[in-house]
Amino acid sequence: MNHASVRAAATHVTVALAALSLAACSLTGSGSGSGTEGDRGTEPTGEAESGAGTGAGGTVVLATHESFALPRKLIRQFEAESGYDLEVRASGDAGTLATKLSLTADNPVADAAFGIDNTFASRPLGEGAFAVFTPSVTPPTSYVLDDGADRLVPIDTASVCVNVDSAWFDAEELEPPQTLADLADPAYRDLFVTPGASTSSVGMAFFLATVAEYGDEWPSYWTDLLDNGAEVVDGWEDAYYGDFTSTAKNGTRPIVVSYDSSPAFTVGGGGSTTAALLDTCFRQVEYAGVLEGADNPAGAEAVIDWMLSDEVQSALPESMYVFPVVETASIPKDWAEFAIRPETPYEVAPDEIAANREKWLTEWTDVISR
Amino acid sequence: MRRVAALLALALGPVLVLGVLFVLPVTGMVAQGFWIDGRFAPGEVLDVLARPRVHRIAWFTVWSSGVATLVAVLLGLPVAHALHRLRLPGRSILRAAVLVPFVLPTVVVGVAFRTLLGEGGPLDFLGLDGTPIAIVCGLVFFNIAVVVRAVGSAWESLDPRPGEAAAALGATPVQVLRTVTLPALRPAIVGAASVVFLFCATAFGIVLTLGGVRYGTIETEIYLLTTTVFDLRAAAALSVLQIVVVVGLLALSARLRQVPDPTVQRVVARPRAVRRSDGPVLAATAFVLVAVALPILALVAGSFEVGEGWGLGNYRALTSYGDNQALLVPVTAALATSLRTAVDATWMALLVGLLVAAIVTRRSHGVAERRVRSVLDGFFMLPLGVSAVTLGFGFLITLDRPPLDLRDSPLLVPMAQALVALPLVVRTLIPVLAGIDDRQRQAAASLGASPARTLLTVDLPVVWKPMLAAGGFAFAVSLGEFGATSFLARDDNPTLPVVIYRLIGHPGEMNYGMALAASVVLAATTACVMLAVERLRVPSLGAL
Repeated sequence: MNHASVRAAATHVTVALAALSLAACSLTGSGSGSGTEGDRGTEPTGEAESGAGTGAGGTVVLATHESFALPRKLIRQFEAESGYDLEVRASGDAGTLATKLSLTADNPVADAAFGIDNTFASRPLGEGAFAVFTPSVTPPTSYVLDDGADRLVPIDTASVCVNVDSAWFDAEELEPPQTLADLADPAYRDLFVTPGASTSSVGMAFFLATVAEYGDEWPSYWTDLLDNGAEVVDGWEDAYYGDFTSTAKNGTRPIVVSYDSSPAFTVGGGGSTTAALLDTCFRQVEYAGVLEGADNPAGAEAVIDWMLSDEVQSALPESMYVFPVVETASIPKDWAEFAIRPETPYEVAPDEIAANREKWLTEWTDVISR
Repeated sequence: MRRVAALLALALGPVLVLGVLFVLPVTGMVAQGFWIDGRFAPGEVLDVLARPRVHRIAWFTVWSSGVATLVAVLLGLPVAHALHRLRLPGRSILRAAVLVPFVLPTVVVGVAFRTLLGEGGPLDFLGLDGTPIAIVCGLVFFNIAVVVRAVGSAWESLDPRPGEAAAALGATPVQVLRTVTLPALRPAIVGAASVVFLFCATAFGIVLTLGGVRYGTIETEIYLLTTTVFDLRAAAALSVLQIVVVVGLLALSARLRQVPDPTVQRVVARPRAVRRSDGPVLAATAFVLVAVALPILALVAGSFEVGEGWGLGNYRALTSYGDNQALLVPVTAALATSLRTAVDATWMALLVGLLVAAIVTRRSHGVAERRVRSVLDGFFMLPLGVSAVTLGFGFLITLDRPPLDLRDSPLLVPMAQALVALPLVVRTLIPVLAGIDDRQRQAAASLGASPARTLLTVDLPVVWKPMLAAGGFAFAVSLGEFGATSFLARDDNPTLPVVIYRLIGHPGEMNYGMALAASVVLAATTACVMLAVERLRVPSLGAL
């Protein structure tokens, strides 16, 4: 595409806009941002300024999704020790991030990217968005992609599992379900809620678990599921806060699709009131990579090495509700006790997902719209 | 011909702004679908339009938006009358309150709706959860404010004398309404209805939340195709379809809006006392106010719930970073960002909007000139009707190189919001400017006034108060905007709706309560801004 002529014609508007914007609030807001400055103010001044850079410098931009979170202290520590200014740009969900990186492969929006998971990895890899890179810490091979291992580095993992409200099942004196097949059992009629595969990455992961279990027969399983009164909602938030008996105000459904770590968030009275069904899990792994054509590739590599450090890896559970991939990282006490991980989660190869995603989603939407 | 050329020259500024910030990104994104491996393949894109699924989705979009628009207009008219023509106690507060739903984050309202309509909720017996009716209810909830405000402000300053004359000649109240009042309000009603339709047709979160993913609209389908499936060809086809539908609608509404003589006699509003015959109108108004208040009250109640009891804990937490590091900036800082962004978006929308309105309303000489003006009029409505997803990704791929390297600019967010607010500003100002008798300007000119002085003495006194009203509306739009903002906002500088969305998406005991409290703060801020605008005592407002 060639927009050169349009751009040339529009130049003077940009200049005019730029001139006007000198007085603009948004500029003053972000330049000497109240956000960043306020943060600094609360910190002991020594720490923020003491770590003189190691010769490197400049800003390094990390593109990620809206669920990204890490303690501010760690970020400042990284900035102090490496000499880079880390600018995190987090917006949209994992799918939006994958599309964004794919569309801007020739002129990247950032230097590094984090948050591409195994269900979306093939898209940006196929568009050539990532550069070859070897991290200083070798991540465990069990999480590495078959295709693209030289470009995408695993950072964290979490499994999407069916969760049950144990307290509810105790009160009803009903044995909770165990497997995917149980969910279609009339004993559990009208008790199950899941986010949709088309609108939620959690819903997609659960859908992939059913594909892994039932193969081409998945439409008939989903028909049974819906006939048994399963409710399909928009997002994980709607299911977990709108319908799940344990966490929603007027919830009526004690079986929900969530994470293997979710029981660690419903701890009370010495135990968790919910449990994850470990035979229903699909494992998600999130990756990071250096973007091809990045302005600051050295900074990008430093960020990824930092994300593999024990400090960041140990902070992952409480910041993003995911498990670290590095074995030397530590896990919080509640997690060690209540967030039990599946030993043999369901798996579907990334290229198989990429090849079938559209077909599956179309069929899935047809099944649930019937 | 010379006049047409002069007109085009005058329009160049606003057209270029819209060209850069809207046409360029949208065409850039659509072109991604039309060029497959460097080959132009329009046929394959148009094949997408033959899919039965696309037909179903297009029909559902038109159907649900059409019904929602109709219901919003029918319910909005009595409210507009009651709040703008009658001397009701506390009406300025009610007017400000009616605008609150317009800015609430869809995700929060969706949850509030579902706690009312869903299983175990007080309205569960209606069986509406997950049905198209729930979607229509949600759309009406968000958009009724547009009808009340736009039609109400036109109604307020309508000269009551023709109606009184008709009544004196023996016309019944219904006849007066049908033959005198409604024809005079037609431009305002049609204008409001077309804006509401565009808002409904591009609604996103509310459709997903209330429709339970079973129902897709063109907008939700474009999102799905672009981000989840990455089928840019199909997304481009749907974007084109969306633009065609919107242009068709705009043409239709321009035709319906036309009145033989746009010059209107506006009078200073003088609300009359409530009479016994106002019963039905007041009953309808009370119904609407209660229906709109219910989800909001559910929200407010939820925000005071702390653990097993009640308290202000959620509000006190607004200065914190949330449970489990949910936030990068506290809610209070996000509110400051929101207000700053809204100020920028407002002046941008007003500046461009005023220019556009002035250009469109100057008296035309000849058919060609009138056509150019009406095309321009429609052109500036387009941003409302085009997918935020297409526009957002378009920004990334077209505004990425000098001289238009805007994608990292902090001004991108207010610019995008101004684009959304622009049609509301234009629709508010056009009827007012059109209502000024051109002979006043001619008289001023013949008395030796320069064009600038004419503008200052004839146009400005009439227009400055409607401009304040339009500015208030733009401010509210900016405060509530989520679609484009969430895409463009930077992590260190998020606006309040973005933060609310983030809170609700992060598990943690306090986060959900904080999200509700933050929504209440957003609603209260909006209501205060609207109340302040009301306080400026705008006697003669424009209409959409």
